[in-house]
Amino acid sequence: MENLESVLKEHAFLSDFPDELLPVIVGCASNVRYDTEQFIFHESEEAKKVYLIRAGKVAVEIFVPGRGHVVIETLEAGDVLGWSWLVPPYYWHFDARVVEPTRAIALDGECLRKKCEENHEMGYQLLKRFFTVLSSRLQATRLQLMDVYGAKADW
Amino acid sequence: MIAEVPNVTLPRLFQISRAVKETHDTFTFELKPLDGGEFTFKPGQFNMVYQFGVGEIPVSISGDPLKKTSIIHTIRAVGGVTKAMRKLKKGDVLGIRGPYGTDWPVLRASGHDVAIVAGGIGLAPLRPVIYHVLANREKYGKVILLYGSRTPLDILFMKEIEKWRARLDTEVAVTVDRASGAWRGNVGVVTTLISKAHFDPAKTMAMVCGPEIMMRFTVQEFITRGVLKDKIYMSMERNMKCAVGFCGHCQWGSNFICKDGPVFRYDTIHDLLMQREM
Repeated sequence: MENLESVLKEHAFLSDFPDELLPVIVGCASNVRYDTEQFIFHESEEAKKVYLIRAGKVAVEIFVPGRGHVVIETLEAGDVLGWSWLVPPYYWHFDARVVEPTRAIALDGECLRKKCEENHEMGYQLLKRFFTVLSSRLQATRLQLMDVYGAKADW
Repeated sequence: MIAEVPNVTLPRLFQISRAVKETHDTFTFELKPLDGGEFTFKPGQFNMVYQFGVGEIPVSISGDPLKKTSIIHTIRAVGGVTKAMRKLKKGDVLGIRGPYGTDWPVLRASGHDVAIVAGGIGLAPLRPVIYHVLANREKYGKVILLYGSRTPLDILFMKEIEKWRARLDTEVAVTVDRASGAWRGNVGVVTTLISKAHFDPAKTMAMVCGPEIMMRFTVQEFITRGVLKDKIYMSMERNMKCAVGFCGHCQWGSNFICKDGPVFRYDTIHDLLMQREM
């Protein structure tokens, strides 16, 4: 039978996480599922969790008056949703809306922060992986901002 | 005896047999030769398309290389000539010179996984590759198409993409840079799809076409995944005029894009790509 530890190990984010540290994370983890159009969190709510998406699709979006919901990015299986739990004062900056039925492992942010303080090796291993995610999101955002498909040639 | 030399600057006349509006700024012409002959090309090659009295532009061929009785060109209206061309209708006549340039490595890709990454109008020059690969499906491993567009309304060849996606032997993912909440697909740059695509980096041939910045980021993602530099190809775009390497308008270092390109192997142009103002 699948247990949380093996499910965590299968996720791309933690696939190379040290085996001996994984049980520490399991203590903060729970299985969650969401239906289409359900909001996992809203902007300005307290950021209590981080989600390792196992299946489905989630839109990270923001409501813009006059334009409605503007989608910033979509996340799927293998992706990580949310890092506001890491940064004080721990509030979400965007909405997360389910586009396709989604299964994920939710990790409790307060629990993770506490364990990172207690076990710096685990904290380092975790933050190293989050930094990689943040770095690739930043690169993608920069590319997105460049609007590379805008008209250029003049013939 | 004097050998007859083909006049490379002489256009052949083609009539528009079908004109299709693809998006708000992009259209497709199917063209048939007025002389009734055939037209052959290799995926990745381009033609010089001449609207009489207006101007001549380089345009990639976006049709099926197996269909020899007509040519398909997909054109984005961004300047004087292309905006004038957009007004043409079925029955109008254009001059065509070509095909010119290098082609995608569809033969070298045999036995490999094929990863095709297109951005915006860059899907047009890669569509002949898709036709070729699907027509010879047994010769290739996994076939992956990753396509990025500005918005959902800018997606090219949507019906065909849906057909390709419905096949069990292809992996197709589409993403847009920006969308409203009504869009059910992916949002994010096309490079983010590469890490999730299912191909074996050690035996993958990658073909990339789109804006140059998008191609540079895409190549980096392929290299991160472990694809070899000599198995990554990209199609370059410069201001091509004569198309036969005489005029020098499209000179890029020691290359003429029209003659030595537009399709280049990444490891042969890496240094040039990093040169500014080239």
